[in-house]
Amino acid sequence: MTGLPLATSFLQSESFIYVLYIVAFALFIQGLRGLSGPTGAVRGNRIAAVGMGIAVLATLLSPGEGNWGLIALGIALGVAVGVPAARQVKMTAMPQMVALFNGVGGGAVAIIAWVEFRNHGSTYGSHLAVRTFESGPFVEHAIVHTGALPTYVAIFSVFAAIVGSISFWGSNIAFGKLQEILPGRPISLGSAQQIVNLVLLILVLAAGIDLISGAHSELLFIGMLIVAALLGNAVVLPIGGADMPVVISLLNAFTGLSAAATGMALNNPALIVAGMIVGASGSILTNLMATAMNRSIPSIVAGGFGGGGAVEGAEGAGEHHGTVRSTSASDAAIQLAYANRVVVVPGYGMAVAQAQHAVRELTKELEARGVEVSYAIHPVAGRMPGHMNVLLAEADVPYDQLKEMDDANPEFQRTDVSLVIGANDVTNPAAKNTPSSPIYGMPILEVSDSRSVIVIKRSMNPGFAGIENELYFDPKTAMLFGDAKSAVSEITAELSAL
Amino acid sequence: MILASVLTTNLAILVLAGFIGFVVISKVPNTLHTPLMSGTNAIHGIVLLGGLILFGLAGLDAFSKALLVIAVAFGTINIVGGFLVTDRMLDMFKSRPKPRGGEDGSADDGKAGSDGKAGS
Repeated sequence: MTGLPLATSFLQSESFIYVLYIVAFALFIQGLRGLSGPTGAVRGNRIAAVGMGIAVLATLLSPGEGNWGLIALGIALGVAVGVPAARQVKMTAMPQMVALFNGVGGGAVAIIAWVEFRNHGSTYGSHLAVRTFESGPFVEHAIVHTGALPTYVAIFSVFAAIVGSISFWGSNIAFGKLQEILPGRPISLGSAQQIVNLVLLILVLAAGIDLISGAHSELLFIGMLIVAALLGNAVVLPIGGADMPVVISLLNAFTGLSAAATGMALNNPALIVAGMIVGASGSILTNLMATAMNRSIPSIVAGGFGGGGAVEGAEGAGEHHGTVRSTSASDAAIQLAYANRVVVVPGYGMAVAQAQHAVRELTKELEARGVEVSYAIHPVAGRMPGHMNVLLAEADVPYDQLKEMDDANPEFQRTDVSLVIGANDVTNPAAKNTPSSPIYGMPILEVSDSRSVIVIKRSMNPGFAGIENELYFDPKTAMLFGDAKSAVSEITAELSAL
Repeated sequence: MILASVLTTNLAILVLAGFIGFVVISKVPNTLHTPLMSGTNAIHGIVLLGGLILFGLAGLDAFSKALLVIAVAFGTINIVGGFLVTDRMLDMFKSRPKPRGGEDGSADDGKAGSDGKAGS
């Protein structure tokens, strides 16, 4: 480096690069603060993107950086996949997209830990190894003075490998379930599942500890990655579709924490801060989703809902066969037209049918007739946190019409018609009335409090939780069978003909 | 001594970042939780840096290099895809406070139309 001009050596100095990292993570935090309200959100996202650009630039400036061709190849591949994916994904498919992105991030973390092991694993557990890091901005700093890769580097690296691998495979399974490549129903080994999970966990921890304490075997490392992969599969496969919002959030947290661990191993502050923020975000959302479903995170991860839910659902189907009243689009239109207050309760069924625009048309028509319209949104409506809000925003529904559960529930009593579109479990009164129901205790939208209910649904098939919905057998409920989008459009057409 | 200070400094950053993360994220309303998740997707794309740093190592064998190309590609997918899709989503929210009276429908319809095209 002695031959280089002064300016270059300043740009490549450790302090300058470190300052760039500090600027980068400050921009991440500032950007996320923008997300506290819709007005500053677009700008916030762009601020965070600028921070990311600076972090990447800083790393490329680091002394000893090389293999430019391969770096360009990797980035080109990433852009070629990422840009069209982001441009084309439908808003209904956001949960899959986020799951896939979680997995990709976890995969990157696991691969990085693996390459690190391939090149420095021989120094794990040893304090006498010769300096092996030729570059890497700050790891070098530690090693120059000690001559060995410190044990904590091995600990964080192994942690990153395990959690990254779990996150990669778990997320891919979640993606497969959401994309319906895999069945959404729980796939499990029954009562043996928890024992299998426990054995896998012990194996993966044993391999990790062995590696940290100096087992210089790449085979063992690969074995550890594979067992972690099996664990990721074993944990997510038994989880039913209804619990997906929790799983996605949890895997989001995992990927973030594994990135933070990579930052600890590589001594990179930008990675540490960004990873921890993502970890915090994922943890908060996981908690929020679990609370909204009245379920504990351990019980979801242990796969409790799956088996129990399906069995009880089958029993419920036997008990209930009350009468179901079905209605027509024209009757529904009349009922809605003469209401003073209508609450729309959208669920995932509305999303899959791409009916949000049709719903918006219907509510515009109702508003023109002086009907007061609002939307009641359950926290777990859709397949990920906040999903329904995005879909309705896409359809240009004004903010002040979107009501969160706690604000919506007291208002059902003075509602003339609740229009339930593709929502099922979140409206099931069994959550309040039937202690034996697997969803008992889950906070619901109290649709059955309203004067009348119209449910638009494809068929009488139970929802993702596999439970019969008592609401459909309520005398004041009318069922309009059909695809959400065409049913809503028919009502709108009938309404404008009135 | 120096070793301990590198580790402890980083641990301090780790813990403080966790607290800041909790404070900042707690303020994000339910409505924006999906964009938040895709935004954090983009931010954990920062693992790209790990791939870039390791590419600077001397004596990487071909297999390590191949692995790192994948890691860099994955990180880039996260960053580019995450920020773009978040931007797309937030843009739909941005137009929200305007149509209070509901009568500037023509401008809004044009917007919805173009979004619809991008989405299909």
